[in-house]
Amino acid sequence: MSRKLLLKNAHIEGIETYEVYRKNGGYASTEKALKMTPEKIVEEVQKSGLRGRGGAGFPTGMKWSFLAKPDGIPRYLVVNADESEPGTFKDRFLMEKIPHLLIEGMINSCFALGANVGHIFIRGEYMWIVDILEKAIAEAKSNGWLGKNILKSGYDCEIYVTPGAGAYICGEETALLEALEGKRGNPRNKPPFPAVKGLYQCPTVVNNVETIAAVVPIIELGGEEYAKIGIGKSTGTKLISASGNINKPGIYEIELGMKMEEFIYSDEWLGGIPKGKRMKACIPGGSSMPILPNYLVTKTANGEDRLFSYEGLNDGGFESGTMLGSGGFMLYDEDQCIVRNTWNFSRFYHHESCGQCSPCREGTGWLEKVLHKIENGHGTMSDIDLLWDIQKSIDGNTICPLGEAAAWPVAAALRHFRDEFEWHVKNPQLCMSQNFGMHTYADARPIKVAQA
Amino acid sequence: MVKVTESPEKPKFKSETMQEVQRITAQYPEGKQKSAILRVLHLAQAEFGGWLSVNTMNYVAEILNLRPIEVYEVASFYSMYNLKPVGKYMLEFCHTATCATMGVESLIDYTCKKLGIKTGETTADGLFTIKEVECLGACGYAPMLQLGKSYREHLTPEKIDALIDELKAKG
Ligand SMILES: Cc1cc2nc3c(=O)[nH]c(=O)nc-3n(C[C@H](O)[C@H](O)[C@H](O)COP(=O)(O)O)c2cc1C
Ligand code: SF4
Ligand code: FES
Repeated sequence: MSRKLLLKNAHIEGIETYEVYRKNGGYASTEKALKMTPEKIVEEVQKSGLRGRGGAGFPTGMKWSFLAKPDGIPRYLVVNADESEPGTFKDRFLMEKIPHLLIEGMINSCFALGANVGHIFIRGEYMWIVDILEKAIAEAKSNGWLGKNILKSGYDCEIYVTPGAGAYICGEETALLEALEGKRGNPRNKPPFPAVKGLYQCPTVVNNVETIAAVVPIIELGGEEYAKIGIGKSTGTKLISASGNINKPGIYEIELGMKMEEFIYSDEWLGGIPKGKRMKACIPGGSSMPILPNYLVTKTANGEDRLFSYEGLNDGGFESGTMLGSGGFMLYDEDQCIVRNTWNFSRFYHHESCGQCSPCREGTGWLEKVLHKIENGHGTMSDIDLLWDIQKSIDGNTICPLGEAAAWPVAAALRHFRDEFEWHVKNPQLCMSQNFGMHTYADARPIKVAQA
Repeated sequence: MVKVTESPEKPKFKSETMQEVQRITAQYPEGKQKSAILRVLHLAQAEFGGWLSVNTMNYVAEILNLRPIEVYEVASFYSMYNLKPVGKYMLEFCHTATCATMGVESLIDYTCKKLGIKTGETTADGLFTIKEVECLGACGYAPMLQLGKSYREHLTPEKIDALIDELKAKG
């Protein structure tokens, strides 16, 4: 049995209420934290090796240490609960089941950062969770964990919830800050970074829900103990949202470093693939991350076991690896069509592009159009090369990383499943009624794509 | 002509809603009341017929001390705001990623045929609108749809039948 830190009490009846949460050890980390100095807490988070759970995996302690601390200007903690990366539904689970864990983590984190206000920005579709969170905040406040002079420490803290209104781009941290200021969610140019000029132009730390929740076990255990869990630079546990063609979809907490093979096939975890089908492909980290063909999911290109960790998934880089991202794990069986799936993703990114930069605005539109053409039997071989060129022209040429998020899935699909794209072109009628099925090649090397 | 819920000519929040607006605006620092706009627009949409008319947006501008254009700009950016009238019940199907893998497209077709409308349209009695939206964070429970503040998950044609019957009975 793998160790659980965040979800260890998630199964307890009534754990969403203050009484039950407190009875099961809730808010003990806050009692401990308020007796520490803020600097000491930041140090523990640094020692823990915790990396951002929202997608980019940036070391949290380092991010916190960058926060500017000018006198007389408020600082903010903003929790990113926008969760809109296709395949990702873990923050929802955490906030619905154990809302107090997030509140507890926020109080500790606000104290460490010298912030007296923490905001939760949550996607507008999760409106019922706004109610759950506000109820938890009210309970925490009436029990003295929020408000003025918490535990007679002299420290004041308030937490507020702001819902968005449907826009994936608001998960990007500077777009999120714009939305929280009541504006359109257009990402800002950086620098200045939020650590210097964030919410209302004040120094701000933006962290994912799961990242902030992890601060609770870090304070309970101490940074060093936390860092012993996991593997190498992938410390601690990670929530995985698992969906697609698997026997047991849902939310899992894994110790980073477990074998992908075990995660997918053992009954304790996903329990394999339904109806005796074979795995065709897998995206372990959410729609923005490169897709892997079956032979690169459980093994690396060198034939070693692929591990579920930041480094493990990244083994082989773009050629034969992928990334942990948000942990939005999606598995595709042999009946799924990679071209259709890639088109589906491109439609998503096109719809969600904020339109500020032309490579992203135009490029995502073209990707969608060309993929739609190929998927519907109207594509040509040069369209396949065109796709490669379009994704290349977006990558690295935009204000925010949504451009890359749109480009990478296309690049990876072409790299590993070019046969299937070509098959669509060569079989314009057949591809409308039948799927390509499993690919036949077993060569992990990238397929050379001709440059125009 | 499709019958839809009209939005009032002179919108005015009920006093409970007004209290809620005050609670929300008080969360933000002095002079930063604009931060309340997203949530207040949700309240306005819910109270004034399920969509945001120009009158409604002007009213929100007035109570938040903003210029009307600031409200239009925001309302038109976010996909949850309806700038045109919609049916009383919006069936918002996720058509992304795993929902597509798990067959949402045929369910959308099924629902469209059943209600005799296309995606984006509203039934003649003004009861139902079908909309396709992007991933709603319920991928493990696909296929799914959103109805107001609730999610309906693990959908099947039978569940769609039952849901539509339930809503028709409510009227
Ligand atoms: C287009 C886009 C969407 C994003 N969506 C989310 C999101 O929904 N939730 C999230 O936590 N981070 C999201 N991020 C990452 C955030 O910009 C930011 O890196 C993160 O919130 C930092 O928190 P962390 O270090 O705790 O992960 C997104 C980034 C981009 C470019
Ligand atoms: S990359 Fe796309 S989403 Fe990001 S700022 Fe540019 S246009 Fe907007
Ligand atoms: S893919 Fe439909 S809810 Fe995520």
